[in-house]
Amino acid sequence: MAGNIKIEVVTPEKSVVSEEAQIVMAPGSLGEFGVLIGHTPFFTTLKIGIIRYKDIKGEERLVFVNGGFAEALPDRVTVLAESAERRRDIDLERAKAALKRAQERLAKESAEKDIDFIRAKAALDRALYRVKLAETRHR
Amino acid sequence: MATLKDVKTKIGAVKKTKQITKAMNMVAASKLRGAQTSMTGFRPYAGKFAEVLGSLAERGGSGPTPLLTVREKISKINIVLCTSDRGLCGGFNSNLILKAESLVKEKTGSDIKISFTNFGKKGRDWSRKNNFEIVNEYLGVVGGRFGFNISVNAGQKLIDGFLKGEYDEVYVIYSEFKSTAKQIPVIKQILPIPPIEASEKTEDAKKQYLPEHICEPTPAELLDDMLPKNVYVQIYSALLETSTSEHAARMAAMNNATKACNDMIDSLTLAYNKARQASITSDLMDIVGGAEALKG
Repeated sequence: MAGNIKIEVVTPEKSVVSEEAQIVMAPGSLGEFGVLIGHTPFFTTLKIGIIRYKDIKGEERLVFVNGGFAEALPDRVTVLAESAERRRDIDLERAKAALKRAQERLAKESAEKDIDFIRAKAALDRALYRVKLAETRHR
Repeated sequence: MATLKDVKTKIGAVKKTKQITKAMNMVAASKLRGAQTSMTGFRPYAGKFAEVLGSLAERGGSGPTPLLTVREKISKINIVLCTSDRGLCGGFNSNLILKAESLVKEKTGSDIKISFTNFGKKGRDWSRKNNFEIVNEYLGVVGGRFGFNISVNAGQKLIDGFLKGEYDEVYVIYSEFKSTAKQIPVIKQILPIPPIEASEKTEDAKKQYLPEHICEPTPAELLDDMLPKNVYVQIYSALLETSTSEHAARMAAMNNATKACNDMIDSLTLAYNKARQASITSDLMDIVGGAEALKG
């Protein structure tokens, strides 16, 4: 093994993840990408989705990320997101409620392709990913 | 002259007040600690964000993005005024409102319509009293616990309004937290976004930064994506600063009040002792006088 990289996920409220990882996979806006040690400097926006990384013991960890930016350097990955949660911290009830709300809103907005539609769609995406991720917890 | 009993009641009342101010001081101190924790929590994000934004702006060049374009004719201005919801914090709110007044005075006169977005009840009440148009108001945010989504929400509304031409300029007035003893009201322009300076760094650090990064999508597109976020970041930081300042101001005000109570208790106790002594003396005089009279 060549070595570990440092992964950091920071939101305006706090630092969500800060640890060593073997590999990091993140949902870039132009496609998912993986980062190993020695990655070439790279900067991208992120989609709403899930960051996966293997910690030093080789265990897979999952983090929900609400868009944002990621920067990869040879020895570390920094993710700036408006909000992000580790799988174990997701509030499933809240996410489910948000999902329902978003679906209702989208049903109303679907006629027009304006900014409200885009926002409702984003809310739906966020809720969907959160619920999906949280539901894998107890399996 | 106040009777003995009057003075005693007064001392009791002042002592009760002191208990309250002292408790408020301690509450403010613990809230201040919480607010400062949020501020430190925000710093890594803000720092990284500014760093990336600065180097992108340098690299992508500021194209004709509407958020950066200064309009030729300024006829509508929106002021985001951050104050606290509650009083009892010294000159904190009045200082912020004074700042708002000076900005309003500076801008009026040349056919400019001013509207407000208010964070905090004190500023809202002021805008209402002076018949300004209040576009949005957010109560219960400053001084409490709030998330980034509040500033995203407010920021989106401001950007929408700006792009639709409802405002030509947006300013934010907030209180900058310098230290527990010093908070300064500040005016900052947030829209159109003022030219972004690359973060001040040594040449060395700059060299190894973004220029050689692969960017996805292009730097210009990245910049477009980041500019609105910059507005949210600015608002969030303004709110955090104001909250922290509020608690610090309240702490100082309550500390002063407690001290004033102590002084008052001291002087009242002195008055009480004097009055007691006087009554003892006069009682003694009566007794002595009575005894003399009996002797005949």
